[in-house]
Amino acid sequence: MSFQPTKTAVVRVLIVAGAFAALEILCRASIINRMTMIPPTEMVAALWQILESGRYNADIAFTVVNTAAAVVLSVVGGFAVGAILHALPRLRRALEPLLSAYYAVPVFVFYPLLIVAFGVGRAALIAMGALVGIVAMIVNTLGGLDRVSPVLTKTAAVLSIDRLRSLVLIRLPAAGPHLVTGVKLSVAYSVIGIVAGEFILSTAGIGKRIAFGYQDFDNRTMYGMLLLLLVLVMIVNGALAGWEKRLHHRFGVP
Amino acid sequence: MRASRLDGVLVLAGFLLVWQGLYMLVGGDVVPSPSSAIVRAAALLRSANFWKDAASTGQAFVLACAIGIAGGACIGFVLGSSRFATEVADPILGTIYSIPKITLYPIILLVFGLTLSAKVAFGVIHGIFPVIIATMAALRNVSPVHRRTARALRLSWGATIATVLAPAALPEVFTGIRIGVAVTLLGTLLAELFASSSGVGFALIRAMEIHNVVDIFALVLLIFLFAAAINGLLHILERKLRRHA
Repeated sequence: MSFQPTKTAVVRVLIVAGAFAALEILCRASIINRMTMIPPTEMVAALWQILESGRYNADIAFTVVNTAAAVVLSVVGGFAVGAILHALPRLRRALEPLLSAYYAVPVFVFYPLLIVAFGVGRAALIAMGALVGIVAMIVNTLGGLDRVSPVLTKTAAVLSIDRLRSLVLIRLPAAGPHLVTGVKLSVAYSVIGIVAGEFILSTAGIGKRIAFGYQDFDNRTMYGMLLLLLVLVMIVNGALAGWEKRLHHRFGVP
Repeated sequence: MRASRLDGVLVLAGFLLVWQGLYMLVGGDVVPSPSSAIVRAAALLRSANFWKDAASTGQAFVLACAIGIAGGACIGFVLGSSRFATEVADPILGTIYSIPKITLYPIILLVFGLTLSAKVAFGVIHGIFPVIIATMAALRNVSPVHRRTARALRLSWGATIATVLAPAALPEVFTGIRIGVAVTLLGTLLAELFASSSGVGFALIRAMEIHNVVDIFALVLLIFLFAAAINGLLHILERKLRRHA
């Protein structure tokens, strides 16, 4: 695959660069107040300084590790719950409204209760992230298992494979493309849960540094850490989206 | 139909049973009993203070929905009219859509302060992107036969939009609107939680701060019922539109 820049890609880069340049000029010309936003180049410089000094390394590791743990819990738990619900269509039909309205409620209002249950620290944040992330995985597992071709399940029946092995060996790979979508969304939602938790109350973390920066009028820390968070999310999301696209392409999912 | 209603009742009963079990397991400090939360929710529905909060949230929610839907449909329509613009914009919008908007709340706060505008803006940045993306996709998926027919009939630009493109794209656009409305509600409530001095979200944060778990559960219950009702209503509308299409 050659990497010839297309006209589309060039225009896209120009638009994004233009947006940043415009923001830079507006900030430098003090049309946007410094207290509101610092110029994008300064955000990058602030982030570089933070990373170079290593002063928030512990916070960054805290958030990344907690998010990873929450994602693992959501994905494994969500797949298990999704597979069980798929086997029980009546229960599933009755639960459907709950699942589809779940993300319209800010679930992290339960975070203080998790703090009472687990104490301030990692456990409460991980539980929060998993609680927010798991439903995306459940929904996509259901969607994925729905789309497994009947030929495959019939083949499994003909070969008289038991249910668990048929789930792991046949339906799991066949539902793969949708499961990756579920993983991608679980990551996005877990990040929301964890960062929201860190905003509210936490001992450490990227979200806590952003909130502190905001309270202390320390815009360099706030925007530096915000930039870091956005870049991390975009990298992970971009990688998962790329994987998703390849799988969909290979399995011919529209 | 009757079996599904029975299932619904059974699930509700199971849900209340699990809740009651959880209450007995971890204690009233963390999870209140279902009966106390439901009684509290009913009391909230009769209190003037709650309706003042609900009106404040409702105002921001309605404004944010109107701006998000109208703005999203217009932007989506302009971009979607050109294949080139669609190809350029699609990944950019997809990336912005995937950003956890909650991280942007300090910026919204710095720009708007603790105002109605902050709530509306936060609702709009949540809701506008699904509408734009769905509108663009809908226009891309309009069958070329429709476009060619419009050209063969020498329809004016306005007539093509009004009689061909808009009706053909509507069902798909509506899916975007349904998602957009749901996340707009979330965005509005989030803004109230973190950056406001009124509304249901603010009532929640107050309950959180004084650790009034009964109030937290009662408010979440009411929010959930409202969100589920809107969601169900939009689903029904969407199904109707698709059947007509």
